[in-house]
Amino acid sequence: MIRRAVLVLLVCLFGVYSGHIYLTPTTDGSDPAVQAGKMIWQKKNCTACHQLYGLGGFLGPDLTNIYSAKGPDYIKSFVQGGTATMPAFILSDNELKSLIEFLKHVDETGRSDPRRFKINLNGTIASN
Amino acid sequence: MERLPQTNISPPKKLILSALVMLLLAMTFGVIGSFQYVVPGLYKTFLSFEKIRPLHVTSAIFWILMAATGGTLSYLDELAGKIDQNRLTQGQWIVFLVSVVAILVSYSIGIFGGREYWEFHPVLAIPVMAGWILFTINVVRSTKKLKDRPVYVWMWITGAVGFLITFSESYLWLFPYFQRNIVRDMSVQWKSYGAMVGCWNMLIYGSSIYLMQKISGDKTYARSRVSFLLFFIGLTNLMFNWSHHIYTLPAASFVKHLGYLISMTELFILGRIIYKWKATVTSALRYRHLLPCRFLMAADLWIFINLSLAIFISVPGINLYTHGTHITVAHVMGATIGINSMILLAVITDVMNKACGSLLSYQRQITAGLISANISLLVFVTALTMAGIKRTHWQMSDRTIPFSVMMNESLPYFLVFALSGVALFASFIVIVYPIMKNALACSAVNFLSLKLKIQPAVE
Ligand code: HEC
Repeated sequence: MIRRAVLVLLVCLFGVYSGHIYLTPTTDGSDPAVQAGKMIWQKKNCTACHQLYGLGGFLGPDLTNIYSAKGPDYIKSFVQGGTATMPAFILSDNELKSLIEFLKHVDETGRSDPRRFKINLNGTIASN
Repeated sequence: MERLPQTNISPPKKLILSALVMLLLAMTFGVIGSFQYVVPGLYKTFLSFEKIRPLHVTSAIFWILMAATGGTLSYLDELAGKIDQNRLTQGQWIVFLVSVVAILVSYSIGIFGGREYWEFHPVLAIPVMAGWILFTINVVRSTKKLKDRPVYVWMWITGAVGFLITFSESYLWLFPYFQRNIVRDMSVQWKSYGAMVGCWNMLIYGSSIYLMQKISGDKTYARSRVSFLLFFIGLTNLMFNWSHHIYTLPAASFVKHLGYLISMTELFILGRIIYKWKATVTSALRYRHLLPCRFLMAADLWIFINLSLAIFISVPGINLYTHGTHITVAHVMGATIGINSMILLAVITDVMNKACGSLLSYQRQITAGLISANISLLVFVTALTMAGIKRTHWQMSDRTIPFSVMMNESLPYFLVFALSGVALFASFIVIVYPIMKNALACSAVNFLSLKLKIQPAVE
């Protein structure tokens, strides 16, 4: 009986918490170009080699803030030309533009660089 | 019309045998992928890393899903009966096989959904979901009849039902509300993935508790308060600790603090492992002549190593250093190979031992494979950790050298990683081959003997 009650309680808390996560407002990227760019990011599976906010594959570098660090032309040349490891991607001008819009949007949501955080005594971190 | 004679490979065992094939495939792709770290641009034109990684990950996940469900169903059959030959299991097996083949083919021709873990096109999630629904119906139906519900039955039910919920949640990104908001999208993605892994762990740990009970004959643990306490701690972690994946994401700090706090409750589990160390070793030694027990001993060791690492890197201040590096990969490999695969192989050597002829004659060979697998895995995980530390150092420094130079300097670690991966693969072949041979040879004998019996009637 107690076991069932604990289970029901946990499931209810989980439901409420999920609702909270779903409804929390954050930076919106509803611009159609950003959306289209995100789909290209997914369709080309950039995430297999790259990370956003440190999440993704580790063969390549994190690209969260590549837009502000290096600018659109730099991104363009990597995507079109590839590198020893990264394949060159054949994209139309429009697709390339959207992809860059997406990376610009990601850049605007925050910074992924771990160096910008300070560590508190209780183990938590806060952005500097 | 001539009816095909019945062979004695039941649907749960078909799931298990297919799982073993997936394990070998996962390791094949894994080895290729690891050498892409050593030789930049290897197979770039036709099997580049964006294809190899999903091929590897999906095969590995299907190894775990098929083996975990096959093991659970085999044990449910022992407990409740009527699973062994039922159509639901057969249906699940066929649906899973078709899905996984479609997924692997789609990757190799460059069709992606581009999400982490589930990198396949979202349409292919439909058959995966359908297969899991069949499994869940099977579990819920058969456990309904049970009067006594020890902790492993709770674990199997929560694992089965929970997966349905979290798997659906991982596809919320298909709705524009989630899709157009990268922070919300990534939060929900890692929320669902954290819980999903927890769900298959419920199936796996449930089976391991059942197996231990079967070996020792001691039925009290699975009904004890402690076992339920541990179950609820596990469930709480499954539901609420996931934000330790996203400490650097600009999500609400309350969410991250909760993840940190809940993650630390695992210290209780770690403490208990240390406290019970002597008793565990004593009972393991008592049953060490049994093959499944040897795999469980290996899993125990990895639980200790990996749980310690997990708790360590769940502290945000430490996570800051390890996040986005191969230390995370080392942790994942410890969990999926060291813990999940060792427990699953324990279950499989138990279930498949009964399948047909005994595995006893292969005991030495399998044990040799087990030992060399664990040594290779230790080297493998250490090499990944070293590469991770190198990257941490680069990430936290002034980054005076470019990314590619840093990767080049990590080459020795990647070489050890790739070579120990090959050794790991070879060790798994040594383990898996006799299990498959035993099951298939037996069914071939049955097939032939039935055929001979049928022959006169047909003529
Ligand atoms: C097969 C792995 C792989 C895939 C897939 C891949 N990349 Fe890369 N990418 C790399 C690697 C590795 C580097 C680092 C340069 C190097 O060492 O070759 C890189 C570098 C970059 C850079 C420059 C980063 C910097 O800090 O200088 C950008 C921009 C980039 N990639 C964008 C993309 C985009 C966009 C996609 C998807 C369309 C993509 N990449 C897909 C492997 C990959």
